[in-house]
Amino acid sequence: MLALKARIQFNPYKYVIFAGVLVLASFAHSPASAEDLDQKGYDVAARNDRSDRGFNNSRVELEMVLKNASGAESRRVLEQSTLELPDESVGDKNLIVFFSPADIEGTALLSYAKILDPDDQWLYLPALKRVKRISSKNKSGPFVGSEFAFEDITGQELEKYEYTWLREEACGELTCDVVERRPLYRDSGYTRQIGWVDQTDYQTRKLEYYDRKGSLLKTQLFEDYKLYDDKYWRAQVWRMENHQTGKSTDLFFKEYKFDIDLSDKDFVTGVLSRQR
Amino acid sequence: MEIALTVIRNETKQLNKTDRFALRWAEFVLKNRLKTILFAIIVFVVLAAGLMQIQVSHNYRVFFSDKNPDLLTFEKFEETYTKNDNFLFVVKPKSGTIDQPFVAQATEEFTARAWTIPFAIRVDSITNFQHTYAIDDDLIVEDLIENASNLSQAEIAKRVDIALNEPLLAGNLVALDRGASGINVTLQYPGLSEGELPEAINSARALVAEFEQAYPDLRIALTGISALNAAFFEATINDAETLYGPMFLVLIVITWLVIRSFSGVVATVLVITFATMAAMGFAGWAGIIISPFSGSAPVVILTLAIVDSIHILITMVQRMRVGDDKIAAIKESIRVNFLAVSITSLTTIIGFLALNFSDAPPFNALGNIASVGIAAAWFYSLTFLPALLAILPFNVQTYSDKSRGPLQEAINKLAEFVIARARATLVFVGVLFIGLAFAIPTIDLNDQWVEYFDDRVEFRGDAKFAIKHLTGLYILEYSVPGGAPGAISEPKYLQDLDDFAIWLREYSKVRHVYSYTDVIKRLSKNMHADDPSFYKIPEERELAAQYLLLYELSLPYGLDLNDRIDIDKSSTRVSVTLDEITTGETRQFLKEVDAWWEARSPGNEVYGTGATYLFSFISERNIKDMIGGNIVAVVLISMIMMLALKSFSFGLLSIIPNVAPLIMTFGVWALLVGEVGMAAATVSATSLGIIVDNTVHILTKYQRAREELMLSIEDAIRYTFDTVGAAVVANALILAFGFSVLMFSSFKITGDMGTLTALAIIIALIVDLLLLPALLMLRAKPKTKGVQYVSTESTNSI
Repeated sequence: MLALKARIQFNPYKYVIFAGVLVLASFAHSPASAEDLDQKGYDVAARNDRSDRGFNNSRVELEMVLKNASGAESRRVLEQSTLELPDESVGDKNLIVFFSPADIEGTALLSYAKILDPDDQWLYLPALKRVKRISSKNKSGPFVGSEFAFEDITGQELEKYEYTWLREEACGELTCDVVERRPLYRDSGYTRQIGWVDQTDYQTRKLEYYDRKGSLLKTQLFEDYKLYDDKYWRAQVWRMENHQTGKSTDLFFKEYKFDIDLSDKDFVTGVLSRQR
Repeated sequence: MEIALTVIRNETKQLNKTDRFALRWAEFVLKNRLKTILFAIIVFVVLAAGLMQIQVSHNYRVFFSDKNPDLLTFEKFEETYTKNDNFLFVVKPKSGTIDQPFVAQATEEFTARAWTIPFAIRVDSITNFQHTYAIDDDLIVEDLIENASNLSQAEIAKRVDIALNEPLLAGNLVALDRGASGINVTLQYPGLSEGELPEAINSARALVAEFEQAYPDLRIALTGISALNAAFFEATINDAETLYGPMFLVLIVITWLVIRSFSGVVATVLVITFATMAAMGFAGWAGIIISPFSGSAPVVILTLAIVDSIHILITMVQRMRVGDDKIAAIKESIRVNFLAVSITSLTTIIGFLALNFSDAPPFNALGNIASVGIAAAWFYSLTFLPALLAILPFNVQTYSDKSRGPLQEAINKLAEFVIARARATLVFVGVLFIGLAFAIPTIDLNDQWVEYFDDRVEFRGDAKFAIKHLTGLYILEYSVPGGAPGAISEPKYLQDLDDFAIWLREYSKVRHVYSYTDVIKRLSKNMHADDPSFYKIPEERELAAQYLLLYELSLPYGLDLNDRIDIDKSSTRVSVTLDEITTGETRQFLKEVDAWWEARSPGNEVYGTGATYLFSFISERNIKDMIGGNIVAVVLISMIMMLALKSFSFGLLSIIPNVAPLIMTFGVWALLVGEVGMAAATVSATSLGIIVDNTVHILTKYQRAREELMLSIEDAIRYTFDTVGAAVVANALILAFGFSVLMFSSFKITGDMGTLTALAIIIALIVDLLLLPALLMLRAKPKTKGVQYVSTESTNSI
């Protein structure tokens, strides 16, 4: 009887309105084409990349703290100088000088990042008093025994990857675009990475790295963002955790200096022996 | 004849406290037979439901407890460097060398695909080996073989030459005769589920199958620690499939031969099935992990469980043959057997529980599961069995023939022999005992894990293939600390390490040594435009540290040195691959390494570890642990004997026939086999619990004869042999038979345990029939008071 009553009170209008709302909603949330998602992903990454650009050059000292599965620690101190090149299809130039441990003090690494080719790299060995060019297509190996690969530390160049926007989700107090990127470099150690880029400052908050078999390899957290010159956001702490080995590495950046009168002539092999 | 009748009557009329309790028990069970059966079934169902929870181990480490100091050292090592789980694929062309382009191509493709094996964190092979060389001031770092499909045989041969000149590869991932090469995959399991290893091994096997099909001229063998772990799992399953069924059938046949009653067989089979499944279900509920060794529990329980039932059935049949009706016969059987069955179950349980003294969890597991099984068998034999027998039709032919059979006659003759020559028998067994005891130290403790498995386990064939064609599988890991951060670049440290590597390479059983010094020497050469005179340890710490930094910067993903060098560069790892080597030889090797380091650098903290190291000490450690267990078992069992026999001196005397067979068993083993693995640790405690049973049967009968029937010593011995002799022999034969089924296990430790236990039971039988009566004869002066005993042979002729 109750059911019958309900039928009598049935109002077809309500259903029409409901269906209309559904149709409208489906337009609003229409499954975008794959190309659209890729473009959106690229746009998020580009906005992220361009938000830090225009600094010309920078220099920062940082400390690496390495931890193994049993909790043992080891530290390295180094200085990184970067020369920004305006052309996005060319990578930045980087100069890394090691301060400690003592037995590698003064060792200096100069690299010209390439987008899809092996980087050009030179290393000055003070004990040998010579500059050695390193000819290797490897960019994904651990940087000085840490959980960071050289490619994780230097130039997150926009054109090194192809992108797909995945979703939007909360990240801490902010809202993030979650974007997958796949390295175009043939010899990369990663199959893909998933980044969380906030929608307020367009900064990367978290980055996951997936290995060749598609398993989660490591997670990088970007913490303590600081705004320099009202323009450039820089995370003061990078934390990288390797999920497979239980090892981790934290990078603690000191004060960044921007636009400090560095030029191409400061990024040539000739200067390497004069770093200390 | 009159006297004989008196004896039988006396026997039935002498009711002590235990007998009265047993009778009340039997009456209760028989009165509530349906309820008893129902209750027994409920208990069974509840326990057996645990079968669904049974877990089977996938790891050789199951043999080491989490308190094992060797395992703790190994775990510390793994935390410092990397996990030690791996697959080693051995790739061998069916003819010719690995210089052939198709072999190089297959190896390159396989190497790339191996990265996709679940939990793989590193893949090493001849193709992706990071070859470094110099052109002026350029350091070139590249895969040793890349794009093999574009290379000619001559070009590949050149690269194989390079590999054979590279100490890290030659004799390890490249066979010295160019006949085979290896692809080593390091795995890091998250350890979240038991399904991880099967996932990895299935993927690895699929890869092998795929490549063997794509390249029919290749043979690819799969070994490594993860393959070993899979073998442990597969041996457990294999045993379950091949041992349990036949064992069951054979026990049915034995029961039929002994009882000759369909109902008796049905009831017995139900009892042993219930007991075994309840015990295994208990393992499931208790979360006990089943491994190859503890997987033998069902066979052990079936064997031990059947004995209780058979004792009760034999007596029942005997009573029915002399004219008792079924119910009376059951009651009488319970009365006569209650104490003996209870004591023998208790002593066996003590023997098995003593396995908890062992460090190895599978031994503990077998001990606990078997104990529950024995307790269940005791319970079912005294409740379910009589209740069921009371319901089932049971017919027995009364004796028509007068003969007791050749066995009984032989036993009676033996009794006469021992009575007549007690002293000589004692001397004979004593000399035998001493001789065998002296042979024991010649036993070689050996735990080569490849030899644990027989040919039915695929791993063994593949392992033998790898050893024959490529490299050894017994790998010892050394951590060589330098004492301070960065110390591994100190010239002194590197020189010690290099000398160590050189010394190791000269050791006859060493097939390969992986030492960091080979990397630093190569880099030194590379840094001097490949000048061979610079292939040496750098002279300054800074040089070595900076070469290392340079090298680390140039290595690709996954091929770094983090698995060889610890995080603050204070220690490095040396891997020593040994040829086929016994664990005794391994222990000798370990000692010599310690001595080398002690002489070179006193007070050093160099330590060895690895699976091979763990197994090298597993027997000794478990035997040492089990000494305590054995002492406790002997003491407890002797105390139970004293209580049961209500005699201190009998209890004390029982130690001799209980312990002597164990020593003699190892003596026989020393002479016949000469080598034993970790099974040796378990056998004495469990065998003790089992062989005690016959001593109990003999001594209780003897005591009854002496104290209740007032027989003389000689006659008491005759009476004992006549009444329980056949049962004791049958008992021992059934048990020995059951344990010898374990010889067909595909896991050597289980097989050895079975063989040794069977041997101990047979030797114990001989001792019980020869030494025990001789001891009894000499214990007191013969020809003492007592009535004369006439054998039941004449009784039956009434």
